[in-house]
Amino acid sequence: MSATPTTETKPAPPAVETIKVKVDGKEIAVPKTMPDPLTGKPVPTTMIQACALATVDVPHYCYHPKLPVVGNCRMCLVEFGTPAMGPDRKPVINPDGTPKIAKSPRPAIACATPISPGMEIYTTTPGVKQMREGVLEFLLINHPLDCPICDQAGECKLQEYSVDYGQATSRFVEEKVHKPKQVDLGPRIVLDDERCILCTRCIRFSKDIAGDDALGIVNRGSYNTLSAYPGKAFDNNYTLNTVDICPVGALTSKDFRFKMRVWFLKETKSVCTSCATGCNIVIGSREEKIYRYEPRENDAVNSCWMCDTGRLNYKWIGSENRLTEVRIGKETTTWTNALKEISGKLANVKAGSVAMVASARQTNEELFLLAKLGKKFNALTDSVPRMQEGDKLLVSADRNPNSNGAKLTGISPAQMGSNLPKIAEGIRNGSIKTLIVFGEDVTKHGIGADLLGKLETLIVSEILPNKTTELAHYILPGCAHAEKRGSFVNGKGRVQRFLKAVEPKGDARPEWEFLHELVYQVTGQNGFASIEGLFNQMAQEVPAFNGVTWAALGDTGVTIQI
Amino acid sequence: MSFTVPPQLEAELNELVTHYPQKRSASLMFLHALQEHFGYISKEAIEWTAQKLELQPINIYELVTFYPMFRQEPAGKYVLKVCRTLSCALGGSHKLHEHFCQKLGLDSHGHGLQTTKDGKFSVEFVECLASCGTAPVMMCNEDFYEGVSNAKADEILGGCK
Repeated sequence: MSATPTTETKPAPPAVETIKVKVDGKEIAVPKTMPDPLTGKPVPTTMIQACALATVDVPHYCYHPKLPVVGNCRMCLVEFGTPAMGPDRKPVINPDGTPKIAKSPRPAIACATPISPGMEIYTTTPGVKQMREGVLEFLLINHPLDCPICDQAGECKLQEYSVDYGQATSRFVEEKVHKPKQVDLGPRIVLDDERCILCTRCIRFSKDIAGDDALGIVNRGSYNTLSAYPGKAFDNNYTLNTVDICPVGALTSKDFRFKMRVWFLKETKSVCTSCATGCNIVIGSREEKIYRYEPRENDAVNSCWMCDTGRLNYKWIGSENRLTEVRIGKETTTWTNALKEISGKLANVKAGSVAMVASARQTNEELFLLAKLGKKFNALTDSVPRMQEGDKLLVSADRNPNSNGAKLTGISPAQMGSNLPKIAEGIRNGSIKTLIVFGEDVTKHGIGADLLGKLETLIVSEILPNKTTELAHYILPGCAHAEKRGSFVNGKGRVQRFLKAVEPKGDARPEWEFLHELVYQVTGQNGFASIEGLFNQMAQEVPAFNGVTWAALGDTGVTIQI
Repeated sequence: MSFTVPPQLEAELNELVTHYPQKRSASLMFLHALQEHFGYISKEAIEWTAQKLELQPINIYELVTFYPMFRQEPAGKYVLKVCRTLSCALGGSHKLHEHFCQKLGLDSHGHGLQTTKDGKFSVEFVECLASCGTAPVMMCNEDFYEGVSNAKADEILGGCK
């Protein structure tokens, strides 16, 4: 791979001094400091971070790598020792030459204890096991054992650690403390306070990441209750992230709860299409139906989070209204017929009499193929800009997922939307007779129904019906991103690929597939019939992609110069 | 009842804020002052405090629900505080508490402050009133009573007009 693109997922940390510690007998050099999750300032590396670097799993509830440390759950207790010092303040050496380790008489919480040179951390001792069992037993004292009706079941840390450290029966014979159930915390969140283990992850996320100090713990002792201020809804655009980080089933998503058992979900790596940020997501689907989006960690893009708007923007994919038939006029036909007729028509058009509006929601590969068609006819091309207000965290002002892709492939001029009036004028004065539209309702963007009526040929590929598809001479049903593979370039130049989660509806096909055939029939150029080959070809031909390969994109993408 | 903080009290509280490195640190002092003035801490008082200290209401609400001495409901005209810390507990404070509750028709096992329907009396347990040698001790509003027998208790009640 060439030098310009980078595959790093984190900005390269400045070189820091490393110190050697032993985790369960294995020596490992770890950085002396690590960036603070909020400020990015170097802070001493903790035992839990050292254990993670040594790929040793330390059970925890309240600790989250992206949140401030509070150390309240006590699940990460470990035993440790440090090099013993003699009265002369020099390390005591064993007969075999190794430093003598003074084992700490007390355990420490791994999440909040900094490491020191020569420290030894023990996570598998009988003592540590006992402590985990003890902590877990306490956490379960007031916890209702309602896993069979709990949405978290299957991805619940209490369940998981109970398998490892729990007991088959409860020794607790007293009455459990009862707390509020089905609390309507906000428009998208339901809270079950009895399930809450008071880890405060949600409180810290809301306050420190989302900037909405809305949650707190009220009452005292075993009556501790997670709550929003009475009468105030927990309603910012990031509330559903608290459902993700809740280690138990206390916070649940109104949209997802009781819809599907999580172990039935097929998980597909994808990218959110609601704005130019391109948050990495996992699509949870079963039997060709999408049940949820969840954020996927990518420190170069979205950390561990995504906005609620983007997360819930999936229902249109399963809409009953979907265009599922290839049509010539109002007649249903086959792909072969339609593509043959379209290429026949296009073979006879005059250069300059074709225009193209391709959405910046289409993939790079599709836009690349469309640009090839456009070039053949010397067509005027454009995309539709979608600028709205952004926010400080993740939501970009540009609501197109692939504006940069549209620009790099040459579909969109530098000022997106500036060609739309020219296309309208061309149709009005009769110089443009054929319009190809991919994924936009142009009647909303200055090319009204009256103008579309003047066209000799209107070829439209769409997912859902609209005014433009009503007037189309050819309808080519396309796919949502969840139904195909492809790539986008986000607002910062990150090229990210996404994979197919569900089958397209009816006769709908991924646009790049039929565009590949159309380009061949119209231009005679035979391209690649696989998304990998197509992407690689595009990366060779479009300079900005600089020869990046599909394989090199990996799960988290590659940054290119835009 | 509308919530208005008298200018003098507000001025005192404004001055109080300057004693602390951060405004938030004055939260408890604000709540004490407001409870003293209004008799209890209303929703409005919580919101007013939060706004004065540049916090969210939930931050203050956490404190109010944490400390049992903060009341979210008005108390009776006479608040009878019975000490239940060790010496008084051994000296019969539970019996005393029970006696008051029986006399006033209150639930002696209810959680927290119990107030009569007419709003005249409230009875609650409190922690040490610092007179362990004369148990059981109690307070009726700001007045302190030692070695309170049932007879003395009736006398105290009788004195509350």
